[in-house]
Amino acid sequence: MNEIRETILEILQDLHEDVDFENEDKLIDKKILDSFDIVTLISELSNEFDVTIPADKIIPENFNSADALAEMIAALEDE
Amino acid sequence: MLFTDSLFIFGLILLFLLYFLIPQKYRWMLLLAASIAFYAYSGWTNLLYIAATAVSTFFITRKIEKMAGAAKDEVSAHKSEWSRDEKKAFKERAKKKRRRWLTLLLIFNFGMLAVIKYGAFTMQNVNSIIGWFGEHGTLPVPNFLLPMGISFYLFQTMGYAIDVYREKYPCEKNFGRLALFVSFFPQLIQGPISRYDDLAKGLYAGNGFDAERVQLGVQRILWGYFKKVALADRILPAVTLLISDPEQYQGMYALLGMLYYTLQLYADFTGGIDITIGIGQVLGIPIAENFQRPFFSKNITEYWRRWHITLGTWFKDYLFYPISVAQPMLKLSKWSREKLGKNIGKYLPVYVSTIVVWFVTGLWHGAAWNFIVWGLMNAVIILISERCTPLYSRFHKKFAWSNTHAYDGFQAIRTTLMMGCLRMFDCYRDVPLTFKMFGTMFYKWNVHVFWDGSLMQLKLTAADYGVLLAGTVILFIASLLGRKGSVRKRIWDRSRVLSCCMTVTLLLIVLIFGAYGIGYDSSQFIYNQF
Amino acid sequence: MANKKVLFSGLAMVLTAGVLLAAYQRLVQPKYMSDVVEGNLIADYYNSGKDHDVLFIGDCECYENFSPVKLWEQYGISSYIRGSAQQLIWQSYYLLEDTLRYEKPKVVVFNVLSMKYGEPQNEAYNRMSIEGMKWSGAKINNIKASMTEEESALSYVFPVLRYHSRWSELTADDFRYYFGAEPNFFSGYYLRADAKAAENVPNPTPLTDYAFSDTCWDYLGKMMQLCAENHIQLVLVKAPSLYPFWYDEWDQQITDYASKYHLPYLNFLNEDKLEATGIDFETDTYDGGLHLNVYGAEKLADWFGGYLTEKFDLQDRSHEPQLQAEWNDICARYHAEVDRQLQNLEQYGNVKGEA
Repeated sequence: MNEIRETILEILQDLHEDVDFENEDKLIDKKILDSFDIVTLISELSNEFDVTIPADKIIPENFNSADALAEMIAALEDE
Repeated sequence: MLFTDSLFIFGLILLFLLYFLIPQKYRWMLLLAASIAFYAYSGWTNLLYIAATAVSTFFITRKIEKMAGAAKDEVSAHKSEWSRDEKKAFKERAKKKRRRWLTLLLIFNFGMLAVIKYGAFTMQNVNSIIGWFGEHGTLPVPNFLLPMGISFYLFQTMGYAIDVYREKYPCEKNFGRLALFVSFFPQLIQGPISRYDDLAKGLYAGNGFDAERVQLGVQRILWGYFKKVALADRILPAVTLLISDPEQYQGMYALLGMLYYTLQLYADFTGGIDITIGIGQVLGIPIAENFQRPFFSKNITEYWRRWHITLGTWFKDYLFYPISVAQPMLKLSKWSREKLGKNIGKYLPVYVSTIVVWFVTGLWHGAAWNFIVWGLMNAVIILISERCTPLYSRFHKKFAWSNTHAYDGFQAIRTTLMMGCLRMFDCYRDVPLTFKMFGTMFYKWNVHVFWDGSLMQLKLTAADYGVLLAGTVILFIASLLGRKGSVRKRIWDRSRVLSCCMTVTLLLIVLIFGAYGIGYDSSQFIYNQF
Repeated sequence: MANKKVLFSGLAMVLTAGVLLAAYQRLVQPKYMSDVVEGNLIADYYNSGKDHDVLFIGDCECYENFSPVKLWEQYGISSYIRGSAQQLIWQSYYLLEDTLRYEKPKVVVFNVLSMKYGEPQNEAYNRMSIEGMKWSGAKINNIKASMTEEESALSYVFPVLRYHSRWSELTADDFRYYFGAEPNFFSGYYLRADAKAAENVPNPTPLTDYAFSDTCWDYLGKMMQLCAENHIQLVLVKAPSLYPFWYDEWDQQITDYASKYHLPYLNFLNEDKLEATGIDFETDTYDGGLHLNVYGAEKLADWFGGYLTEKFDLQDRSHEPQLQAEWNDICARYHAEVDRQLQNLEQYGNVKGEA
């Protein structure tokens, strides 16, 4: 789980250098990530983790924080 | 029927009265009856199309939901016997079956739209392609009368069906209720495209009379009429004149036409939405906002988050994301990462999806090349500014003056002008002509038209200019005030009497300064053709 | 309690809006005082004594060609002209219905020129013919029959819907006559004392179809029937106006119709009538033959009064005190107006007295 989280943080930091992804938990609600970032992020994630993230998983709850993202990836890997 | 028809206004008043007089549980039925009557008035055949959408969606979403339930039961029945992989495989198969039904529904409905709205366009283009090979294109070009609001109700309904498939919420079990969601009449003219989970609760609640809500709702309706009849309809003859004769009206005239059209479209479209949302408010039905001061946007990406919001989010949720994360797209991304480098591979899905979405958005607006080019130009500008984002942030870090309000204002004006220029495709409806007219703005410096009295020859009198100018200033001030929350609500909270005075004043302003009746062509709302 | 308050506020808002709109409506409705005075003709009737033996209905060929004052002074005939600009035949019919709500004349005179129009023509003329009427079934039917495609019936009920944009064109008159117009007419007669000889009357252009429309025949029939029911003598006339041209083919249709139904039909353009009335298009018209001036209108009334007295046994009522009082006033205004116009002509060269 921690490993997943670290990788995610790396990808996120790559998208926006100046955001504190470690602690931020309103990435979508505060419009820090826009739709472009989300798609880029998904493409990166599926490349890294070998999971498919279906469109219906793209909801704010899953993308608001690094933790939420990690949980979603873990759940998808688990399926 | 238009918002400005006297029959619509009388019908609306009657509906309001009846709605609050009948028992709560029958109120949604009244709305359904009103919606059917409203739609039937535009032509009985149109009723068939919307009924086809409602019926097909009702049965297929129920079918999908039943299948999903059955699949779940099956899995839990075999909980102990099946291995994890077996379960996964079964779920996959079940989902595939459900997807087949959804695909059938989407093909049926969008197919209907394709034939009615795009049949003629497709055939014409096929004919001209045949023409390239020296043959005369003689395929028949169908000519359907476009059912009112089809692009709005169809998208709204398909969004609902996809959500049910995605198990976002359970489907509607009562056909009448679903039919109301599909056909809710205030949305049929100019949208917005609502989501079931936003709209449905309010639709079926049958909320009772609430003085504050009704007062604010009526004010919003009147505000919408003010924009629509006092401003949009007043400037429309000038817009029509300026684009009707591109040979004569070049250079600064083209600029004027662009600016006038910007005001006309804004006043017409947001005014229509105000009327729709206001009707909802009176009835106690929250309807999604479709605009958020779009001309205050600093760039086009932001503009599109604030203009026609419900269309943008629809395309984002049901087209942009699905194609961005679809398997072929991910494969393309992987392939390009390996062959073309990491950076390109990373962004390729976004670029491809953006271009596809804007192509479709263009097509949504109309079956013509000018709309497609318009959509693609939007995509190009959005992608370029996306690429330049790091440049911009360096620029803002380096120059302090670029972080002032004045610079914000400059950006807002720049965005508004840029969108105005793109909208010229919409005006001239002809791609080469639009480029030509855009060009004349730069080399034909007939600036004298601004002071030599030419402005008075554009079917606008001094009085018209006075109203337009005052109206634009009022819109601007209202937008500024609106940043801190609803102006109507704040007035109500301060003084009920003041609020009542405002309602009366708005009514008088609409009746006195509206451009309606003889001497003014009653125009169709621009957006109801889409 | 709370409900009552809401209801009260709602009513107060509707009422306030209504009162303000009504006040505004008065302001923007055309006053027809300095320009197009004809707009006030129809409403003016309701200020009259409503005791007339002869009623004229029809277009400008009525209200500019017959002098009721002459009929009164010469023959003691009390008459009224319910004329309006380009009055269409159904408008004449409904004005007859409207007038019958107040009085029952002995003779109704209809000028047949409007038989040429089988369809609604012009919004502005409709407004002038209809808006002055008081509300009644006749007015509603009149609106229904007269509206052009672009008009809405609602704007007759609430004229503010029609005139709301006039705020930018208001003149001093709109304020001066806010509470009502001043009388400009003499028992429905529009007086002109200047003269412009009929010299260049345009030649008639041949028509493809001379037949009057069914609508017009229907209304003529209805008019005849309404008169018969009320024991009123209907008289058809074609006033002596050279233009718009009155075709022989049209004349024949009316002649045939009149003889079929035993109606008197007088075409004042016929040689014998012109001779009898003594109308001279050199001196008796103010606009080159379209309309008569006061001299022509008096000549016509002089002859026509004799005809009416002889044929329909109209009594001289000049000794009746009530009529006397009313007509003395009209006659005084009439002669003063002639004097005023003559003075203006002398001083400024036009009847209006514009420098």
